[in-house]
Amino acid sequence: MSILINERTKVIVQGITGRDGSFHAEAMLKYGTKVVGGVTPGKGGRTVCTLPVFDTVKEAVDQTGAQCSAIFVPAAFAPDAIREAADGGISLIVCITDGIPVLTMVDLYHELKRKHVRMIGPNCPGIISPGKCKVGIMPDFIHKPGGIGVISRSGTLTYEVVYDLSGKNLGQSTCIGIGGDPIIGTGFVDLLEMFENDDDTDAIVLIGEIGGEDEEKAASFIKTSVRKKVVSFISGRTAPPEKRMGHAGAIISGRKGGVEAKVKALRQAGVVVVDRPDQIRDLL
Amino acid sequence: MSVRGFAVQQVLVTERLDIRAEYYTAITVDRAARTVMLIISDAGGMDIEDIAAQQPEKIRRFTLAGADEQDSTKSLTQWLSESFPDRMLLDQATDIVQNMYRLLRDKDCLLVEINPLALTGDGQLVAADAKIVFDDNGLAKHADIACLRNPEEYTADELEAKDAGLAFVSLSGEIGCIVNGAGLAMAMMDGIKLAGGNPANFLDVGGSSSPQKVLAAMRILLRNSRLKVILVNIFGGITRCDDVAQGVLMARDELDINVPIVIRLRGTNEEKGRSMLSNAGMIVAHRTADAIRGAVNYAYGEPQQ
Repeated sequence: MSILINERTKVIVQGITGRDGSFHAEAMLKYGTKVVGGVTPGKGGRTVCTLPVFDTVKEAVDQTGAQCSAIFVPAAFAPDAIREAADGGISLIVCITDGIPVLTMVDLYHELKRKHVRMIGPNCPGIISPGKCKVGIMPDFIHKPGGIGVISRSGTLTYEVVYDLSGKNLGQSTCIGIGGDPIIGTGFVDLLEMFENDDDTDAIVLIGEIGGEDEEKAASFIKTSVRKKVVSFISGRTAPPEKRMGHAGAIISGRKGGVEAKVKALRQAGVVVVDRPDQIRDLL
Repeated sequence: MSVRGFAVQQVLVTERLDIRAEYYTAITVDRAARTVMLIISDAGGMDIEDIAAQQPEKIRRFTLAGADEQDSTKSLTQWLSESFPDRMLLDQATDIVQNMYRLLRDKDCLLVEINPLALTGDGQLVAADAKIVFDDNGLAKHADIACLRNPEEYTADELEAKDAGLAFVSLSGEIGCIVNGAGLAMAMMDGIKLAGGNPANFLDVGGSSSPQKVLAAMRILLRNSRLKVILVNIFGGITRCDDVAQGVLMARDELDINVPIVIRLRGTNEEKGRSMLSNAGMIVAHRTADAIRGAVNYAYGEPQQ
């Protein structure tokens, strides 16, 4: 098994007629993902990379049976696209788009929770269950099927770690980039629980960074509810306080959110925390 | 006249208030709770972080949005009446808080803070000082706010980086960094520190890096007189390694580079980028750790055995 997505997951792409949407729809198809269509309002009836384009998510879901949607629409339209996916029958949203305002995400987070719709992202590379399904923009050739679950707030840093793992024949069950924004659809805790319950995941890699309290929450969850081995790296030791380092999320606020506090909490929960990302593969 | 290194251009003259009490008032996003939070304290005028740490009972919080329904047992006015029992003050405070919330919502703010909210001798609540933080992600919707950006608050490097689409923060060290992705960039800066060096900057060239972006990044880094080495670290996903290599070669032709360059490439079109650079006599590292060690050695000399 894998978590969130597998070889049977039917995927639509919202924003499929755009530059990024069409490029990645094709890349996902090539990887073997069951991409069954796309949505761009006003462009229904067209075809993009052999895929039918629909005007609305509801039409797409009714006609294709899609459960998952990858969102590539620009930030200004992304909140509406997310709401449309949730109301149109999608149960898993993967929002690649970055630049959604924080207040909009506060509202969306609670709306999706009420509707029991899961979202990964926004501002994330997506999800891949190697050899089965990819919903996102990550370079798929670096992944290998296997038993390591990877959860990360970063993009390229995750690719670096995955490349190392694959090089040492440590394949991955599922890799999830949860996104770097302050408010995201799904944090570490829910995914840790899924990996803990997934028979094909033997160990978990957790890549965090400064800002927020999600790593601290993960640590308390691991302490009580995760028996699998967890290895972690937290970036941002040298990041100056109160400076934005590209990710809106990477802001140190007060005493919480610093690397030291996160590392301490994780170590107390029995997590192996490394100083350098290239040490992860040697400790699994 | 200058204050903390900034030349004073204008002076704001305000009415002297007859202040009887000072409140702290703020509306902000509580990231961990995923809510919009109103914070009020009757110990205003001072550093709120110190009060929160030393006298947490003096800080009151009320969730304005994002609360689970069972949490909102009180109305805002009921809650405010505990800080402002006087009817006249309560009406004013309710008005002020509602206006602050409307501002936060209408203009996509991350913080609307009045500190101190002063109670004057004639029974008026007056905003004696205020701070507003706007969400960069919301500025596209609010041209009236975006135009308030003061270019004088940014260094020439920061403005050039912004124009080139680079995320850049100047730091105090000697090793210039060019990386794709904020997470990888932060991890590499941490690695430099661990190896005994100090990063001169944070620089994320972003997802789809063109040769021109790398050239602009090099130009910005080279202006730094402390710079002893440039360290380029790319993991190509959407970014293509050959684009980055071309940018490095353009920089070598067009700029006066007087420091060593250490490059590490991995990912999409890695072989192509690698051969472009080795044909030009440059050595490309495979591993981040090797590249960091090389850069630290160039910057500070070989470690003493």
